[in-house]
Amino acid sequence: MVDFIVKTELHPDLPPPNSGIGPIKWLRTNLFSTWYNSLLTLGTLYLLFQIMPPLLDWAIFNADWEGKSNKDCTSGGACWALINVRFNQFMYGFYPPEHYWRVNLGFVLFVIPVAVLLIEGAPGKKIAGVFVALLYPPIAFTLFWGGLGMEEVESAQWGGLFLTLVLAIIPIAISLPLGTLLALGRRSHMPVVRNICVGFIELPRAVPLITVLFMASVVLPLFLPPGVTIDKVLRALVGMSFFAAAYMAEVVRGGLQAIPKGQYEAAQALGLSYWRMMGLVILPQALKIVIPGIVNTFIGLFKDTTLVLIIGLLDILAMINAATAHGNWMGTSTEGYVFAALIYWCFCFGMSRYSLSLEAKLYTGHKR
Amino acid sequence: MATSDTARTNTEPQMTVSEEAAIQLIAMHKWYGDFHVLKDINLTVHRGERIVICGPSGSGKSTLIRCINGLEEHQQGQITVDEIELTNDLKGIDAIRREVGMVFQHFNLFPHLTVLENCTLAPIWVRKMPKVEAEDAAMAYLERVKIPEQAAKYPGQLSGGQQQRVAIARSLCMNPKIMLFDEPTSALDPEMIAEVLDVMVGLAESGMTMICVTHEMGFARKVANRVIFMDQGEIIEQNEPDAFFNNPQSERTKLFLSQILSH
Repeated sequence: MVDFIVKTELHPDLPPPNSGIGPIKWLRTNLFSTWYNSLLTLGTLYLLFQIMPPLLDWAIFNADWEGKSNKDCTSGGACWALINVRFNQFMYGFYPPEHYWRVNLGFVLFVIPVAVLLIEGAPGKKIAGVFVALLYPPIAFTLFWGGLGMEEVESAQWGGLFLTLVLAIIPIAISLPLGTLLALGRRSHMPVVRNICVGFIELPRAVPLITVLFMASVVLPLFLPPGVTIDKVLRALVGMSFFAAAYMAEVVRGGLQAIPKGQYEAAQALGLSYWRMMGLVILPQALKIVIPGIVNTFIGLFKDTTLVLIIGLLDILAMINAATAHGNWMGTSTEGYVFAALIYWCFCFGMSRYSLSLEAKLYTGHKR
Repeated sequence: MATSDTARTNTEPQMTVSEEAAIQLIAMHKWYGDFHVLKDINLTVHRGERIVICGPSGSGKSTLIRCINGLEEHQQGQITVDEIELTNDLKGIDAIRREVGMVFQHFNLFPHLTVLENCTLAPIWVRKMPKVEAEDAAMAYLERVKIPEQAAKYPGQLSGGQQQRVAIARSLCMNPKIMLFDEPTSALDPEMIAEVLDVMVGLAESGMTMICVTHEMGFARKVANRVIFMDQGEIIEQNEPDAFFNNPQSERTKLFLSQILSH
């Protein structure tokens, strides 16, 4: 038997049933939904109750903020006086204090245009982009290194967070375009191009960064003619840039492979040349897909800068190490490392959050 | 917009075919590895002609039209499009692609660009058209495919039928002399097929040279000058639509028609 149905009126649109709002409902769905979730919630609360009071006591309530050495830290809590006293060294290394303004100015000249580029809807994006890409590098080099009447500050005196940022930002800025080119080259139909790119990708990727840095710093000078020296920071920068580009190339290649063949065909059928097709159609989509991977590589690279310790460069972690090894500050390495961790966390977490907001901004609905 | 369109309609009455060849394939062969996909294809398409190619899947119909704009390489024989011979010369291929529009089964719109940007991308970067002019032309074509109100949306927000109409508008924005359709309605729900076919009929009536791989036999009867039946990489039969459907000659054509028309 078939039930005969004829509908003459459409069902009206109704609001959804009351799904519940309010703190009690929230607690019930998120923390106490089942008996084991309740147990986990209670267990976690108990752990926090055990851990937090002594932690806060150490870090804040019993901490010493002022002092000239570890002898002034008597209250049993953290000895933040270390950070207070050595702050400038942690930031600038052995850069001459009378020239700190050059580093600060270089930093400001970088942060402002980059902020303009990153913040959605900010005016003057084109000018900011041109400034950062073309004008900033020579300006920054002159400021940091010297020239135009400014006293020369050798890179051996660079250090602290300043050096960390130099060693992170330059390879990050180089690795994305270089890695993209390597990824495109690896997918090229021309055997020579492809094999060269495979070499540039597989060689640095197959050795630890420490080895790359060590070779750049110790082995490379052996092959240079006597009298020719390449700056130590520059050597580290070159090594890290190639290392990062190799990783980036494989991340980007992953994105390229995720783009359906139809996108290439549609672009070709419209008459776009190879570079236009890549630049206007394929790469914008491929890079968007691999934003998490790109940021992952950036964050990894940022933290890998600590490895330059091995070739005698004093980044922020090395400066903190050196400070806490000094007799005046014996026993304060925990405070030093907590400070370093906070700084690294701020930068890396910032990159992570920005990438999430970028993904949300670039979301344009479902594929196809 | 469309200077050549108006020129065409001025000089020729609608639905007429000129003697001049727009596309010429002579003894063309293609292989995928050892597999001989296209065998001795000889085909001349005149300006203003509308050709429908049908045949079972795997018969080489899509491959054939993809050879015409160089998306697939042919190994033997000669393909001439708009008096340019298709060889390995990249400039020739680019010149042909500028004059030949293509519509794909899966639309292949660029998902990161809005509908309007999809339509203006090639005119701006390939034809070097000023942005404002390209946008005006694109809006005119979007109106022609009846979706100007979707211009600011992204392809992912449109229905399949709407996406395919955008894809047609995107091709038309390059002001092509020839349009290739590769199963344009095969990925669509029945309700959306009609809206796309309407646009294609309108295009045919404007005098566009069209080659259309499709199983829409109603469309073929309505607008085609010629229907070509392919099987196993060969052109088995070609004829005017009425003769083709009412009086097929080859056994394979008869079998195919009985299969697709039986339900």
